[in-house]
Amino acid sequence: MANIGLYLKQTITYQITLMFLENVREFFETFGIIAYRFCQVLKYLLTFRINRKQLTEQASRFAVDSLPITLSIVSLTAIILAMQVAPEMVKQGGKDYIGLLVALTMVREIGVIMSGFAIISMIGSSQASELATMRVTEQIDAMIALRVSPFQYLFLPRVLAGVIMMPFVVILSTTIGIIAGGLTSMGAAKDVTWLCYVTSVWQGLYIRDINIMLLKASCFGGAISLISSSCGYDAKGGAKGVGIATTKAVVWSFVAIVIIDGIFAAGFYF
Amino acid sequence: MSIKVEHLTKIFDDKKVLDNISFSVEDGEVLSIVGFSGSGKSTILKILCGLLQADSGEIEISEGDIAMVFQYSALFDSLNVFDNISFALQERKEFKGKYTYNDLKEIVKKSLNTVGLSGIEDKFPHELSGGMQKRVSLARAIVTKPKFILYDEPTAGLDPVASTVIEDYILRLRDETKATSIVVTHQMSTIRRCSDKVIMLYDGHIVFRGTPDDLLKQDNPYTKQFVSAETEGPMKITASSF
Repeated sequence: MANIGLYLKQTITYQITLMFLENVREFFETFGIIAYRFCQVLKYLLTFRINRKQLTEQASRFAVDSLPITLSIVSLTAIILAMQVAPEMVKQGGKDYIGLLVALTMVREIGVIMSGFAIISMIGSSQASELATMRVTEQIDAMIALRVSPFQYLFLPRVLAGVIMMPFVVILSTTIGIIAGGLTSMGAAKDVTWLCYVTSVWQGLYIRDINIMLLKASCFGGAISLISSSCGYDAKGGAKGVGIATTKAVVWSFVAIVIIDGIFAAGFYF
Repeated sequence: MSIKVEHLTKIFDDKKVLDNISFSVEDGEVLSIVGFSGSGKSTILKILCGLLQADSGEIEISEGDIAMVFQYSALFDSLNVFDNISFALQERKEFKGKYTYNDLKEIVKKSLNTVGLSGIEDKFPHELSGGMQKRVSLARAIVTKPKFILYDEPTAGLDPVASTVIEDYILRLRDETKATSIVVTHQMSTIRRCSDKVIMLYDGHIVFRGTPDDLLKQDNPYTKQFVSAETEGPMKITASSF
């Protein structure tokens, strides 16, 4: 019996199962830590002890620094979408629906999710590496030793900045995306006029869609900041630890916004 | 009794870094903790400061603020010297709104003067030398008028002259603030000049306790090996121990 046990432990299936279980354990551990930090952030938010200077700095970083890349990515996606859809729609006699299609796709999905991806790569990774560097150079320890809560000083302004500024970034990038889609449609297909495009935009787009988009953007912003800060905060070791924390922040943020997106789709449109 | 530590134990990954450690420090005293790298010296400071939790043991500390000076200064690199020093006064709940900007300017100026610096309030940490960063971190530590100051290798990475300057400031702070201090160090001059008492750690245990003079007498095989920097002796030095 002992030999069979030893044999089983040496099999690849056993090793893979072990690795899988370890990953599952790590997933729930990270999820638990992020949930705990979310509660800490809420606790400080409810005491209204918000560092305004930090909040302003983080908000400006979130919105201004990320804008060029977010606008570029969302606009290019809209242009690509319009290039592929407009000629086909005209062929099928649906030129009056091009604007509607582009606008609905942008508002309900692409504008927010692409902005989220851009923000993760631009701001989330920078937040994670900043906090990770602070961790490995003992700056966070120094903060705790000075009896200042890192949740209040580091987490809260970042998460709040994400919640407040992400809708602005998304509304701007989506608007620019819809305009870029219109201009592309006009170039890509004959008979599509600006008036025809703009009129069709409002045919199936409602204020409710825009409200849902803004709410989703807020959730994305908060989640990206919370996850990135949390992963950075837990960094260990030196430069390698900073790299691992940043990668983890990016991967977790990507997964998180896709899950949140799915929840919104199921909750509001399914 | 100012600081009393009893039966302190800390385990990292199944390794007992501190094993049933007990010691005490009286009011206004300076205790030096010495030992080879990885012997748990900094762990004691981190537990006293609340950065780590002990696995078992008791710590009694009289009422008062605890400040810590970190090995590599740990200044906030996104803040200038003024904001670094006044950080606790600006951000801590009990100080919030207590000081005006002019008050803070005055306090920071005074703290910088105490460590022999002036006119660097607008500079950022990367613009300062290692010795200056150390002194700014001393100034940051004393700004809240702490009753206890913990120094984690305060002269690490400094040249002998800069080390002597830092030692002078440790003594000056002890005299001016009357703070109880614990200094983790490898430097014999720091032990000799600054300490009232010394304890030596090895393998999670205290292998020597006494005065700096007792340490230099070298009648203990552990201190003898440490002071004479020998690789052979009761303390086994392996590549993984430092």
